[in-house]
Amino acid sequence: METKSESLREAYGNELVSLGKRDPNVVVLDADLSSSTRTGIFGKEFPDRFFNMGISEQSMVTAAAGLALSGKKVFASTFAVFLMRTYEQIRQSVCYNNLDVKFVTTHAGITVGEDGATHQIIEDIGVMAGLPHMSVIVPVDAVETRSVIRYVHDFTVTPYYIRLTREKFPVLNDADYEYVPRKSVTFKDGSDLAIIGCGVMVSFALQAAKELKSKGIDARVINMSSIKPMDREAVVKAASETGRILTVEEHSIYNGLGSRVAEIVGEEYPALVHRMGMRDTFGKSGKSWELFDYFHLGVPDIVRSAESVFREEKRFESIS
Amino acid sequence: MEQLIIPETEISRYAEIARQVRINTIKMVYAASSGHPGGSLSAADILTVLYFREMNINPVEPDDPDRDRFILSKGHASPGMYSVLSLRGFFPLELLKDFRRLNSKLEGHVHKGVPGIESSTGSLGQGLGVGVGMALAAKLDKKDYHVFVMIGDGELEEGNIWESMMAGYKFKLNNLIVVLDRNGVQLDGKTQDVMPLHDIPGMVKSFGWNVIEIDGHDIRQIIIALERAKSSKDLPTFIVAHTVKGKGVSYMEGNYKYHGSPPASEKEYHQALKELGGE
Repeated sequence: METKSESLREAYGNELVSLGKRDPNVVVLDADLSSSTRTGIFGKEFPDRFFNMGISEQSMVTAAAGLALSGKKVFASTFAVFLMRTYEQIRQSVCYNNLDVKFVTTHAGITVGEDGATHQIIEDIGVMAGLPHMSVIVPVDAVETRSVIRYVHDFTVTPYYIRLTREKFPVLNDADYEYVPRKSVTFKDGSDLAIIGCGVMVSFALQAAKELKSKGIDARVINMSSIKPMDREAVVKAASETGRILTVEEHSIYNGLGSRVAEIVGEEYPALVHRMGMRDTFGKSGKSWELFDYFHLGVPDIVRSAESVFREEKRFESIS
Repeated sequence: MEQLIIPETEISRYAEIARQVRINTIKMVYAASSGHPGGSLSAADILTVLYFREMNINPVEPDDPDRDRFILSKGHASPGMYSVLSLRGFFPLELLKDFRRLNSKLEGHVHKGVPGIESSTGSLGQGLGVGVGMALAAKLDKKDYHVFVMIGDGELEEGNIWESMMAGYKFKLNNLIVVLDRNGVQLDGKTQDVMPLHDIPGMVKSFGWNVIEIDGHDIRQIIIALERAKSSKDLPTFIVAHTVKGKGVSYMEGNYKYHGSPPASEKEYHQALKELGGE
């Protein structure tokens, strides 16, 4: 890859330290993975405000609720897959109480690589986005990660799920980029079809768009980091202006980005939607980047899918 | 603690309030045709002592940052909880009659929207963890309030409880006090049949906590135990309060069928009230 890559979780840990310096109310919890999630960077700087709860995620989530009920701004981290066992604690103690707890998980998706299927969560977006009061963000790179962490701390008091990864991802945003809530970012304009993605798949989509261009297909590429709430206007605009949408995500095609895009398109502006993602299957061990090819989620696969979406006959008459 | 003198008049005052809590509980679940009387009746004496004597709370200022906190982790004992709060002045008694009704603030399980309620509960096993977080916050803020958590004995079957017990020990939360309503009955039957726990005080002790065992219907013992717990130097305290499920209503006592069901008939309803001196 030509663009430089940077670790999202490293960006998270460092941003936490900046928050800790300017806000004594920030507390951070982890469940024995702080050297991996990088919350350990905060823990080293602010040992009094860092709580390692051990391999006890239920304890971590309920304690996070108690701290938030006492006026703290709480960040709680572990691997995304392990947070899922506390779905009900998150539901009852955090979301129902509507508390200022930010769940920032790392090692989501298949980019966990060698650790294999047990650690590759591909259902988490759906699980979390289904919760009332919960917002879900999938930062596309380290720049957006820092900005999102600042944003949720500075401007929000409700629960958030922020999905980070093990691998370094290509930096797509300029250094001065600031996350705007609910707004997607169009990295490349185009009128033949729109590729809507989140996470590392956006950088794949940009590479695919280059190849598509050489084949005479002009693809729009949208970074939809805000899964819930979603930028409905951008989705509808893509549907109405191109009539063809391809969604790409490092997640199940069920209940993730693609499903939500399809819901909006179905409700507001029927158009072709094809979803790329994990197709009702578990992941497996392998090098992260090999896995994308194995599961047909690599750049050539996106190019092929985009071509077939582009060639498919439109089934809907344009309304306008 | 031996020198603690509690006048008999004070004891009988709490006993009278607890009796009102029980009467309200029966009225509420009967009017709602649903709800959980058994665990409210077993907890009534403890809840009364907490809210009328031991806790530093003010119904006029329910958000006072220095207040003591209470979490009813066994959130199904909502009729008992709401009764105590209203008798203590957090909200008017009239509201109790709309318990569990649409547009009433009094949700079926304990709800944070009700004045005096610190956290919504109802799914078992979570309240102790929330209490751990509050006790940690007190330490961070250098405040000397206490956090009280009442849990049920069936609830001890939840893993979350034991995870949070470890945290209470690790962080030396001497400001955290658990009261176990040990009534021996859960929804499906006796706790010893559904999932026997060999030695609760031993289990708690092995997690590094102070343990105190009392009769949870003896008001003097409740007071002494809570006072002792409050003076703990560096360990959290776990009070095993032996109680009777459905205490005060003969046909409900020890009967799992009244864990989650109101009096089954008008006859049962009047009998319950009569036994409690409520009519």
